[in-house]
Amino acid sequence: MTLLSVERLDARHGLLHAVRGVSLALAEGEKLALVGANGAGKTTLLRALAGAHPAAAGTVRFDGADITALPAHRRVALGIALVPEGRRLFPEMTVVENLLVAGRHRRPGPWTVDTVLDAFPLLRPLRHRRAANLSGGEQQATAIGRALMTNPRLLLLDEVSLGLAPQAVDAVYESLTGLIASGTTVVLVEQDLARGMQIADRVICLLEGRIVLEGAAAELTRERVTAAYFGLGGLGGAGGKP
Amino acid sequence: MIWVSVVIQGVLLGAVYSLFACGLSLMFGVMRIINLAHGDIAVVGAYLAWVVATKAGVSPFVSLIVILPAMLVVGYALQVALLARSLRGGQLVPLLTTFGLAIVIQNVLLEIFSPDVRSLGASAGAITKSSWRITDALAISWFGVAILVVAVLVLGGLDVFLRRTALGREMRATAQDPDAAQLVGVDARAVYARATAIAVATAALAGTFLAIRSTFEPSSGPTQLIFAFEAVVIGGTGSLWGTLVGGIVLGVAQTIGAHIHPQYSMLAGHLVFLAVLASPRGRMLLARSART
Repeated sequence: MTLLSVERLDARHGLLHAVRGVSLALAEGEKLALVGANGAGKTTLLRALAGAHPAAAGTVRFDGADITALPAHRRVALGIALVPEGRRLFPEMTVVENLLVAGRHRRPGPWTVDTVLDAFPLLRPLRHRRAANLSGGEQQATAIGRALMTNPRLLLLDEVSLGLAPQAVDAVYESLTGLIASGTTVVLVEQDLARGMQIADRVICLLEGRIVLEGAAAELTRERVTAAYFGLGGLGGAGGKP
Repeated sequence: MIWVSVVIQGVLLGAVYSLFACGLSLMFGVMRIINLAHGDIAVVGAYLAWVVATKAGVSPFVSLIVILPAMLVVGYALQVALLARSLRGGQLVPLLTTFGLAIVIQNVLLEIFSPDVRSLGASAGAITKSSWRITDALAISWFGVAILVVAVLVLGGLDVFLRRTALGREMRATAQDPDAAQLVGVDARAVYARATAIAVATAALAGTFLAIRSTFEPSSGPTQLIFAFEAVVIGGTGSLWGTLVGGIVLGVAQTIGAHIHPQYSMLAGHLVFLAVLASPRGRMLLARSART
């Protein structure tokens, strides 16, 4: 069953046309990786799905309902949660307070402060520490936990490995793999191609705001994705640049 | 003994300033809006108390039962109708909006109530005239102590609200990162409106106390705004307990100045304010506001 469908979505940053006519559909439980170079429009697309960036044109449907005009906080109530780039924790608040803020508007579901701390055991001893005083990996775990607190049906993850030490990335992905197995629908933006393809069922490669390659993760070779990633003409699949 | 009296009177005066500064501090802390109409909103509260007290023939304290809920609604509407729009225009626009609002309020008050100086002191009953006479040189007014108690309850209560309740946590989260707050389901516009509602109601409370304690006229607002602003800066932004301390420091400075010579009252307060701005903490404050 289709959970999310996006039709000809456009999003702009002033004069910059960051997302251009993107269409995609996502089935319930599917894991999608969005890859692409810096400035390809991945973050803007994710923020537009979460309602944090206005759509200039096109429609976003979630569970059959048109949510294009819905602000971010109403989308959270429907079950869309974004882990934003750069983590964006509330720096002066403790780990638990960060979780509780998100928990106030939670949908009914399994995630509570306790289950989040169970899923990220490294956070339990740190739960009363201010978010600003955590390491990058600990902050990322808190940010993912905070998004989970809303009990999302669709989890959007933006560059969860950015700026983390390699061990921290491993730890975050280890926890993620467990979460993802539980059946949540996920859209993952990742610079690290190998990481993205390892978790996802399907990969979409963006170049200058357009989809230049789309396919099942198992069927795509690293070479094809790399070629699409850098826009090395014609090698990509559907909708490649002329 | 006379210095003990001076300091105690300063603390009691400072409590009024803290109460004025409370809403200013809250709006700045949550939305980074410096509400230049804050003093005038307080004076509106004073006039409302005057109208209710004289028309209904009740004590100004009783009139607060009507005025505070009404001002909560006014504050909410002010945010939704005016400030939310101006916030979209960047940081400077809310400053200009509230500056304009201050002028509008002063002129409307002048039009309706004339420039006469008024006071609610006479209609407030025995509490304003009574005091504990401890020695010949030291008398503590009942009303002064009552204001201090209310200031501690209001600022302390708001501090507990912000720290311990779900709504308060939302307010702090929105203050720290409105974008991230919306991504976890917080309606930032509603949070802002609640903060303004609380700020406007506390301003009206402070204005009513001012009207009972001394006198007011349509142009009383800006002076109160300056004292409130100084209290917020002295106490350090972002902490309501700090604002309480800031107001009291300002009050004590003013009474000490006045004791040396009556014309040094304001000057002493301003000097403490400038000293705090010039101190390392003040420089930190300026550096932080330059960054944001």
